[in-house]
Amino acid sequence: MTLADTEIAPPEPPRYVMFWRRYKRNRAALLGLVLFVLVVVMALTAGIIDPGDPLRRAGDPLTPPFVNWATPLGTDQLGRDVLSGVFYGARISLLIGVVATLVAIVIGVVIGALAGHFGGWVDDVLMRITEAFQTIPNFVLLLTLVAIMGSKIEWITLAIGIVSWTAPARMVRAEFMSLRNREFVDAARNLGVSNTSIIFREILPNALPPIVVYASVIMALSILMESALAFLALGDPNYASWGNMIGQGRAVLRSAPYCAVIPGIAIILTVLSFSLLGEGLNDALNPRQKK
Amino acid sequence: MTQTPPPVLDLCKLEISLPKGADRPYALEGLDLTINAGEIVCLVGESGSGKSLCAGAIMGLLPEPHVRVTGGAIRFMGEELRGKSDAEMRKLRGADISMIFQEPMTALNPQKTVGWQIDEVLRLHTKMTKAERKARALEMLERVHIPEPASAYNAYPHQISGGQRQRVMIAMSLVLSPKLIIADEPTTALDVTTQLQILKLIRELQEEEGAGVLFITHDFGVVAEIADKVAVLCRGELVESGTTDAVLNRPQHPYTRALIGAVPALTPPPVKAASDAPVVLKGTGLKKTFAARGGLLSGKRKAVTAVKDLTFELRQGETLGVVGESGSGKTTVSRIVTRLLECDQGSVELDGTDLLAATPKELRALRQHIQMVFQDPMASLNPRKRVVDLIAQGPIVHGADPKKAREDAKRLLELVELSPAAANRFPHEFSGGQRQRIGIARALAMEPKVIVADEPVSALDVSVQAQVLKLLADLRDRLNLSLLFVTHDLRVAAQLCDRIIVMQKGEIVESGLTAEVFANPQHPYTQNLLSSIPGRDWTPPSLHTDAA
Repeated sequence: MTLADTEIAPPEPPRYVMFWRRYKRNRAALLGLVLFVLVVVMALTAGIIDPGDPLRRAGDPLTPPFVNWATPLGTDQLGRDVLSGVFYGARISLLIGVVATLVAIVIGVVIGALAGHFGGWVDDVLMRITEAFQTIPNFVLLLTLVAIMGSKIEWITLAIGIVSWTAPARMVRAEFMSLRNREFVDAARNLGVSNTSIIFREILPNALPPIVVYASVIMALSILMESALAFLALGDPNYASWGNMIGQGRAVLRSAPYCAVIPGIAIILTVLSFSLLGEGLNDALNPRQKK
Repeated sequence: MTQTPPPVLDLCKLEISLPKGADRPYALEGLDLTINAGEIVCLVGESGSGKSLCAGAIMGLLPEPHVRVTGGAIRFMGEELRGKSDAEMRKLRGADISMIFQEPMTALNPQKTVGWQIDEVLRLHTKMTKAERKARALEMLERVHIPEPASAYNAYPHQISGGQRQRVMIAMSLVLSPKLIIADEPTTALDVTTQLQILKLIRELQEEEGAGVLFITHDFGVVAEIADKVAVLCRGELVESGTTDAVLNRPQHPYTRALIGAVPALTPPPVKAASDAPVVLKGTGLKKTFAARGGLLSGKRKAVTAVKDLTFELRQGETLGVVGESGSGKTTVSRIVTRLLECDQGSVELDGTDLLAATPKELRALRQHIQMVFQDPMASLNPRKRVVDLIAQGPIVHGADPKKAREDAKRLLELVELSPAAANRFPHEFSGGQRQRIGIARALAMEPKVIVADEPVSALDVSVQAQVLKLLADLRDRLNLSLLFVTHDLRVAAQLCDRIIVMQKGEIVESGLTAEVFANPQHPYTQNLLSSIPGRDWTPPSLHTDAA
């Protein structure tokens, strides 16, 4: 029997292996991953599999699905191909989702990190600003911003990012407040590490897991917000987004419901995939949950 | 006792299974243990030995179904407890079997007054009237020697001190005169002087009540102080049991021998004649006050003085111990001299340069000369960094070539007796002692003149503690380091420190050579501290162990 404590335990498998093991334990998360991959594939192959501009006339107006194999999911009232719209719409929706989420997370992380790390008046000022944003309902603020900046897709994306940063900011702040008093932060300071390095290289990586999980929620919400804008005819008319398609399909909802239903299903599945993905990430990244 | 009643508690071949994937299939395997009325049996073991699960099994409070009793018998007063329904167990718990927890702050409900919580026990288990219950509760508070029981009755747990909270817990667990008391590390969270009082109290009340006590601890000093019989657990197996005298002074099993061999003796190191070495760290007139932030309605609270007028000198190659109880300001001292905490007054001279007057830029450069080893080795290592990066971080920040710094880090790992294979692992893959070694390597990487160690071994098991202390002493001698060693544990201080300063409420009450202070304490507080060390009359037998 030996009591020496210098023998090291056998090495653990690499991090990504552990991550995948924990992730795949959640069946729903696997479904989410499959759906997500499907949407990504649709977005990537939009120009290859279904050639042609989704806004061009592809056949007779209001051809029902599964009738003409040139337009397998039918056409809308202007004769535009629904399948092509769904494929190109995936591209737009993903693009908006990713970029808007990045904008929201970057603003949120910077504000939350500064507020949480420094506390005091910095925290007071930044949190009052955050609260000011939080008191205005998201969608109202979004409508206002789009009304001011115009309906170009870049501005819409930016506006969605601007209305979504408050929740991640609060989250990052809370994480920072609990992490900044941990001894490893003192240890780094004692080594002479600068404030910026402490914030971004010591604390932030530890605060990241809940933010990554929350990013999936923001992504889903961004897609919904863009669709809602398009539904109100405030979207960018130069792109076939799912929201645009539903908005236009509304006019023929009784005679040709598929025009609105098909892009609607695409939105539901995409948003579902993000929230399932988020749940799986939560299981995989949450350090308290072992095995 | 003339007749022989059944033992209060009889564990027979007790077996508790762990969930799949744990480090071993059984938390406890074939544990036999008997506790008679009026007996205190100590269950000793290191962390992970299964001693707390044993208590859970008796109380029927295991986290089932993952961890459950799979074999053996638990007989209480001759009656089998296994297979009893929840309702039956509830009746027994509190009334006949009661438990004292390690951390009274978390075991007491912070929302309710002390009186309400004692009252609740009586309300659930007896048919006493309200007035009788209150009288009984006050009587119990009186018996556990709480000053002003009437005022404590109406106090909330946070309004009384840690020692008093533990007294309240004891009052609660004894109020129904249980036949068996399970005490799970009841004094680990307490200061040494309070610890002694609580141990005496448990002994005193247990003798009055004639109850059997199962006392779970990791501290052999406490065992020497209180136990009638001792049982030693090692990874779920009972390796040795017997009377206290037999186990402590003539241990048979190699594990017990190694454990007892690791208990630091209370004999200070020989006096070194190197008092003419240059002073490397000098604190003068240090003062730190924490301004308490008043609430909205509660008005201003008084500011707390953590350190007042502290002056000390640390010479090259010397170890200066700062000892004191919690609240004495010793941790504040370690944070002030490293300037992790801004000080109100005074100066800290590091090789003649005032650290406290340095500008932020100068300070960053100065930091490489004064490094720190922290108390909690898990919390002080960034969990997202590899060991090699953790160790090399300091030199890289101070301008060393990253590649060379990483090479050096691997060498340092060998210096702290870890395999260089550890370099690419993350902190959570190591045990507590190994993490502390990594912490030491990180401090050494800067080649500092002074190392400030804040309770570096208090989170470690005793056998690991001994090894880390030995490493620290070795490194100090080999590298001619100067150590400022903050600790609450006088045994540890005796092992390592050349000189000590004793702090009480932010002030130095006594300072001098360790050997002299231990042999002939002048200040009443020091005398009290020294006479409170658990098991001070027991000197661990010097054992030749194969593990050392």
